[in-house]
Amino acid sequence: MNLSKLLKNGFLILVASLVLTACATQKKTGQMQGDVYTGTDTVEYLASGVPDRVFFATNETVLTTASRETLRKQAAWLRKNSKINVVLEGHADERGTREYNLALGERRANSAKDYLMTYGISADRISVLSYGKERPVDSGSNPLAWSKNRRSVTVKAN
Amino acid sequence: MLLRYLFILFIIFPIKTYALIEVDITRGNLNPLPVAVSPLSIDKDSKEKFKKLLKKKDLGSEISVIVENNLRQSGLFNPLNKDAFLQKPDIANLKPRFEDWNLIKAQALITGKVTSVDEKLRVEFRLWDVLAGKEMMALAFTTVPTNWRRVGHIITDKVYERLTGEKGYFDTRIIYVSEEGPKTKRIKKLAIMDQDGANNKFLTLGNELVLTPRFSPTNQMVTYLSYFKNLPRVYLLDIETGMQEVVGDFPGMTFAPRFSPDGKKIIMSFAKDGNSDIYTMDLESRIVERITNHPSIDTSPSFSPDGKYIAFNSDRSKYQQIYVMDKNGKNIKRISFGKGLYGTPVWSPRGDLIAFTKLHKGKFYIGVMRTDGSGERLLTENYYQEAPSWSPNGRVLIFYRETKTDSKGEGFSAKLWSIDLTGYNERMVETETDASDPSWSSLLSN
Repeated sequence: MNLSKLLKNGFLILVASLVLTACATQKKTGQMQGDVYTGTDTVEYLASGVPDRVFFATNETVLTTASRETLRKQAAWLRKNSKINVVLEGHADERGTREYNLALGERRANSAKDYLMTYGISADRISVLSYGKERPVDSGSNPLAWSKNRRSVTVKAN
Repeated sequence: MLLRYLFILFIIFPIKTYALIEVDITRGNLNPLPVAVSPLSIDKDSKEKFKKLLKKKDLGSEISVIVENNLRQSGLFNPLNKDAFLQKPDIANLKPRFEDWNLIKAQALITGKVTSVDEKLRVEFRLWDVLAGKEMMALAFTTVPTNWRRVGHIITDKVYERLTGEKGYFDTRIIYVSEEGPKTKRIKKLAIMDQDGANNKFLTLGNELVLTPRFSPTNQMVTYLSYFKNLPRVYLLDIETGMQEVVGDFPGMTFAPRFSPDGKKIIMSFAKDGNSDIYTMDLESRIVERITNHPSIDTSPSFSPDGKYIAFNSDRSKYQQIYVMDKNGKNIKRISFGKGLYGTPVWSPRGDLIAFTKLHKGKFYIGVMRTDGSGERLLTENYYQEAPSWSPNGRVLIFYRETKTDSKGEGFSAKLWSIDLTGYNERMVETETDASDPSWSSLLSN
């Protein structure tokens, strides 16, 4: 490859990456805070007004203010429906090693479990299952997709 | 049942030792040794017999192709085009005309003979130094005819060992996870194949998620993670009988299993209440020992080949790093101090290096470092790759790589790749389906 060709290709790549960055920034607005997902695209509801999932920052397992609010709603719903048991499914994004992500998913689901317990839900009603990076909801390879995938989902067990 | 072999191996000629051609294995593939692999000669009757039995037109030529491909894949040898060979296989095996082989620039020559003896397959081969005009090695094997591919691999192992001074890695298998379907709903099955991709077989049906299979270093057992009944647990599978069982009775997820070097213990993580620690279980006594006890995530444990130490992954310093400790969990020392996150430490079978995955600035690297963390060397960089596994001679690493999806989330794939410890000879390993989590077996024969 001669120099001019090389420069030309380099230029094209530069332009392409600028365009991509622009797209990513646009998509981000209103759907992420820091790198925690705040949108509702993937969210399902356990009952009216009770979202089923909470989201996490990269490599983090602490609950955000919004997550705690969601979990308080879940706790209230679980108190009202005392016969329902749940599984908390913990997930990680694809940007980590498989084994560490399994542990991370388990830790995320447990921080949700601990919070539900402080709101009076018995540990007997909650089981925890980590999927690590094995079950993404969004197959994209970009920060927004990864933010949707870093989650703990509360699923009815019975 | 799957892997039951009757394999009788014996040496008929004494090996004469000369200081002849040598291949420097540490140098990379800058200058692969030109080698001529003559088709193995085969008499008419034997040819007919094996044709009927194995559906192979010319078994002599088929075996030589296996040797040739193995040598090429190693990156250390350059097998020459057979069209240029002047001498017939049967005559070459008796007494090569070295001038002819010299003319096509071959430095080493492999010849041989295939015969059918009492319903068995008998293969003899010779390795010649073309420049010195001397025989370097001569061996013969007798085995059941269905083992014909293994004969090709064993010949390669012998040639490799004679020319490099190190054991080969060709008569080996890879166990891995076969992947199919969309990224959000992958179907995963355990699969096993020969090192060169032949004889691929699926060991599970894909009804439940399976991850991280690892070979026992001493026998045909495999340990892996299965989500059977949605309870992720470490399992043990005997690939000869197909029998499997859960390892231990843990009230929660067990994962990241590996065997101890003597094959008698499983080391793994057990996760409870948001905390993962490392445990071992003795397969005979069933005694479970807790090795680490720390509120951080401790996972991906790997024993040193002498069994005295354990390398593992922990985020006790906030982010994923590599640590080494004594086998009883004492003297924990962090060894990774470079920029970025480190995971999946795997101790080399030679004992001197630890292979790892590194994540830095959005890129994934496969690298090696000494066991005290010094001498870090990154072998390959990519969008996503992880989980290196060593060839039994500690010269090659196999790992998996995933591709970035496009703006629609399409175009995902996972493939196995291998690279030499030198950082040269990076190759994709062909598999029938997408593939991940490879684990390399020990040499099946010695």
